[in-house]
Amino acid sequence: MLRYALLRLLGAIPTLLLVIVLAFLMVHAAPGGPFDDERVLPTDVAANIQAAYHLDESLPQQFFRYMSGLLRGDLGPSYRYRDYSVSELIGRGFPISLQLGALAMALALIVGVSAGTLAALRQNKLPDRIVMFFAMTGISIPVFVIAPVLVLLFAVKLHWLPAGWSGVTGPAKFILPVITLALPQIAYIARLTRASMIDILGRDFIRTARAQGLGTATIIRVHALKPAMLPVLSYMGPAIAAIVTGSVVVEEVFGIPGLGQFFVRGAGNRDYTLVLGIVIFYATLIVSLNLVVDVLYGALDPRVRRR
Amino acid sequence: MSFLEVNGLTIAYGGKRVVDDVSFAIDYSESVGLVGESGSGKSQTALALLGLLPEQAEVHGDIVVDGVSVIGASAKQLSRIRARRIGIVFQDSMQALNPYLKIGKQIRQILLWHDLATGDDADARVIRMFERVGLPDPERQFQVYPHELSGGMRQRVMLAAALIAEPDLLIADEPTTALDVTVQAQILELLEELRDNTALLLITHDLGIVAGHCERMLVFESGRLVDAGATTSLFASPGHAHTRALLDAAPRIDSGNAPAPVNGRTILCAEAVEVTYRDGERGQLHAVNGVNLLLREGETLAVVGESGSGKSSLVRAVLGLVPMISGRVVYAGASLEGPVQTRPVAQRRDLQLIFQDPVGALNPQMRVQEIVGEPLLVHEPGLTSSARLDRVRAILVKVGLEDSHLRRYPHQLSGGQAQRIAIARALILEPKVLICDEAVAALDGSVREQVLALLRQVQRESGLSIIFISHDLAVVRSISHRVAVMYMGCLVEVADNEQLFSQPRHPYTKALIDAVPVPDPIVAPKKAALRGEVGSLLHPPSGCVFHPRCDYAKDICKKEQPEAMNVGGSRVACHRAKEIDLTT
Amino acid sequence: MKVSAGILLFFLVFAIVGPWLSPPEYLRTNFDLLLQAPTFSGGHFFGTDELGRDLFARTMLGIRTTLLVAMVASLVSLVIGVSYGAVAGYCGGRIDAIMMRFVDTLYALPFIFFVILLMVAFERNFLLIFVAIGAINWLDMARIVRGQTLSLREREFVDAARLMGVSTPRIIFRHIAPNVLGIVVVYVTLTIPQAILVESFLSYLGLGVQEPHTSLGALVDAGVNQMEGASWMLLIPATVLALILMCFNFLGDGLRDFFDARRAT
Ligand SMILES: Nc1ncnc2c1ncn2[C@@H]1O[C@H](COP(=O)(O)OP(=O)(O)O)[C@@H](O)[C@H]1O
Ligand code: SF4
Ligand SMILES: [Mg+2]
Repeated sequence: MLRYALLRLLGAIPTLLLVIVLAFLMVHAAPGGPFDDERVLPTDVAANIQAAYHLDESLPQQFFRYMSGLLRGDLGPSYRYRDYSVSELIGRGFPISLQLGALAMALALIVGVSAGTLAALRQNKLPDRIVMFFAMTGISIPVFVIAPVLVLLFAVKLHWLPAGWSGVTGPAKFILPVITLALPQIAYIARLTRASMIDILGRDFIRTARAQGLGTATIIRVHALKPAMLPVLSYMGPAIAAIVTGSVVVEEVFGIPGLGQFFVRGAGNRDYTLVLGIVIFYATLIVSLNLVVDVLYGALDPRVRRR
Repeated sequence: MSFLEVNGLTIAYGGKRVVDDVSFAIDYSESVGLVGESGSGKSQTALALLGLLPEQAEVHGDIVVDGVSVIGASAKQLSRIRARRIGIVFQDSMQALNPYLKIGKQIRQILLWHDLATGDDADARVIRMFERVGLPDPERQFQVYPHELSGGMRQRVMLAAALIAEPDLLIADEPTTALDVTVQAQILELLEELRDNTALLLITHDLGIVAGHCERMLVFESGRLVDAGATTSLFASPGHAHTRALLDAAPRIDSGNAPAPVNGRTILCAEAVEVTYRDGERGQLHAVNGVNLLLREGETLAVVGESGSGKSSLVRAVLGLVPMISGRVVYAGASLEGPVQTRPVAQRRDLQLIFQDPVGALNPQMRVQEIVGEPLLVHEPGLTSSARLDRVRAILVKVGLEDSHLRRYPHQLSGGQAQRIAIARALILEPKVLICDEAVAALDGSVREQVLALLRQVQRESGLSIIFISHDLAVVRSISHRVAVMYMGCLVEVADNEQLFSQPRHPYTKALIDAVPVPDPIVAPKKAALRGEVGSLLHPPSGCVFHPRCDYAKDICKKEQPEAMNVGGSRVACHRAKEIDLTT
Repeated sequence: MKVSAGILLFFLVFAIVGPWLSPPEYLRTNFDLLLQAPTFSGGHFFGTDELGRDLFARTMLGIRTTLLVAMVASLVSLVIGVSYGAVAGYCGGRIDAIMMRFVDTLYALPFIFFVILLMVAFERNFLLIFVAIGAINWLDMARIVRGQTLSLREREFVDAARLMGVSTPRIIFRHIAPNVLGIVVVYVTLTIPQAILVESFLSYLGLGVQEPHTSLGALVDAGVNQMEGASWMLLIPATVLALILMCFNFLGDGLRDFFDARRAT
């Protein structure tokens, strides 16, 4: 088991390196520097700026400077927020995004798994049809459509909930963003749970458990839940990525000062170091969470573990 | 009143009846056999007794278990019947046990649910049960997952689960069909030993098992109960034509006319063939270990052995479907080398193979006409399409099919029809050697007899040589001229049919023959002849591979691999073949 | 399933024919008719936007762009995914292990960020969108085709064909390909909505197609900015987008059930 986890960890390192190199190269291969669109600077001033940001060095030099910074947790200075380092900006934005993302994921898992299980148990009956219709709608409506429509409905028209973030106190401000972020994932997880639950409930070993007299609730709890959750577990990787992506939109629509907003702003005004830093940060996060998911999978499926 | 009474049981799916007006009863502690061909409704009946049919099944009639009606019973009533009154063992233990749960936990759950025991007491009872069903090291087995056990051990676990709540009736639905004969014998013996006062409903397609283990029998034919009575009297004088037909189609290993040996020239010869596979990280798996074998023109050579003994690997290596590590294969004077794709087309034409799974061997996206005609496309490209179609028609007639089958897809064929198509495809090239790898194993008795008759006829007409791989010794007895016995990748004995069955020279051959149930209630079943199970091919035993299970093993057997020698007309690989007497 | 196919066909015709019939309509600004609500009498069924452009014409254009991007991107992923998967599956063994290890590695990458990075770094290049989306989606396709090919390769009818002397190309095209086709069709149908999502997401972020050109995502983005006064500008393109996505998903699900049922028999 430990060996398996360590092996996966070793496997993750090249992936991360690849991410860093790719991201770094992409940013540095971009035509035009970050300060091109500012008013024409005197050459010596421009040169000073270049030197201050080490843009006068060769690419490998810059890369190694960046890497050694990275190992110390230093992602360099932001090009636009001149007084802040990228690490400081991430430190400010991430806790907010994390709260949002974790709440959305928890909501998605609870609602998605319950709805999916319900649908599987009432296969082709009314509850199943209803759940599946909503799930299909859920996976078909992008976050950037849900977000404004919910705002339009609940904030602008009905005035039930706040439309924005700043100035609002209390948990009310979380409701719309979290729901928006969770909805598509609820839909995916419900569909996935239903499909795998139906698959598992149709297996012979469930028939054996029924032949032993066990009740439905016990059969689900003891025999079906674990195997039925395996596909959901392997979907956690993509789900995390989707929530991170979604948070970019949600933070923008609701004006939440999280990491996603920094990213969009950074992308908009060519704050290369910031964008690069966030990509690397998120990549590390996603790769490590994937690793956790992998190891968990190995722990839950005896046939994987013994290999 | 009997323990179980079934009256007018009818099960239908979408109006189509799969069980039709069936009535029978089972008394406390009696043993009843339920026989019939596949699809005759045996399993459906068994499931109905426990109220386990799927929702879409339309069920009518009465099923009464000790005064309680099963049909229309509440969940609570059903739960009291299941496990505690009736326990069940299913055929495929790999599917029937939960692969994600340790076996100890799965069985413990039954005790907890039925309030039969709690805590440590429950664990202790499970371990005692494991001991009774003969699981080695029961405390450790508690923590094991099903896939870590062999098929035979898993079936013991299924038995433990079925019996732990001490039911009055044990249903066993084809409990040994997926197992090797020697393991089957062990499980059947265990079943007898454990059940003492528990009634038994033993579902099987094998009349030999019924003859040996059931006092009464029920005969099903397409959903209807056509015959019932004491086993001895039904075997002596069947009450229904279908029972007669089943008995006629059941081959007997202990009698019958063994085909006389053929004296043809050698057409195919394998020398010191060795095949190994890589098993992931775990090392080399020795599937075939230096096998020498020759096939004569016009004869049927059977290769028998339990699953994993290397039968298929041997012929696949001969055909070039898997690489040979060492050894040589000579066909009609020329040596066969390399993977099949690289061999001369003319050579490939002469050697054809028939597979076990008749449907899997046919491309699901092609029609019969294209499937059977495809070989001609390769070997006789000059043929016009109408000439090709004529040839296809002719060969279909030969295998007993009609023009109406030409445009069907494989999934529209029955198992027997599909196997005929596969045979037609192989025969259209007029091969010299036909290799049948468990070609009749998936077929029911009567269909199997028809396919065997077809093979005999083709052989008579065209002098075809056949290698007939099978695990079923009774079938081998009826079709082959010579028999080769394999065990763990080694050839242990080769002899003419009559010679081998009447006077086996190798202890393994003897055990194999004794393990085959004889469809005759007069012939008492023998004690399970072999202990233990086939070992791991990753680490085969030293010396004679059979020594861990052999009653005659001596020191030399553990050290030296026996060479094949001629003993009274047989070729045997056993150190003690000359001294031991196996005729008892 | 038939309904979904019908609606999609309708949109397709709509997207091809629409903008072509009245080419300049989606460009024509009309400062007398800014932010008109939808009416039937005025000729602007979907109303007008903040520049007075006819939203009906712009929606047609948006559908065209979105479908075009999605189809081309799916084609890219189809070609890469099928060839990669088929090679890995047919070769098997070491080659397969290495090729699939590479796919696994790529799987763990947060692709969308790379795409955004790409778009930021290299200006807004339409072609890049195709490539980027296709590059994301081929992974799934490769995995599925590889799995299918691998299991087919082991099937006995392929062995039978080899024994009969059938050539390798004929085995691939006559025996393996037709059996992989079903699942590929299903997957393409399910890849298209994913591609649409990515394209609209980029357009929504302002990184996709550029004004005055438009796509459904860009229209939604424009609608969000005007939603308090002119909710139709948000609701109409949002509904169309959701409808298209839903149709593709229904179609894909239906096709999958169809092929599953056929395999089961
Ligand atoms: N869920 C089902 N739907 C429709 N037909 C079924 C179903 N289950 C079994 N059958 C049919 O019932 C018949 C009897 O099956 P079974 O009892 O399994 O036969 P046996 O055990 O004798 O081989 C077969 O024709 C089978 O196809
Ligand atoms: S060689 Fe020894 S162990 Fe092997 S079969 Fe003969 S007697 Fe038994
Ligand atoms: Mg059955």
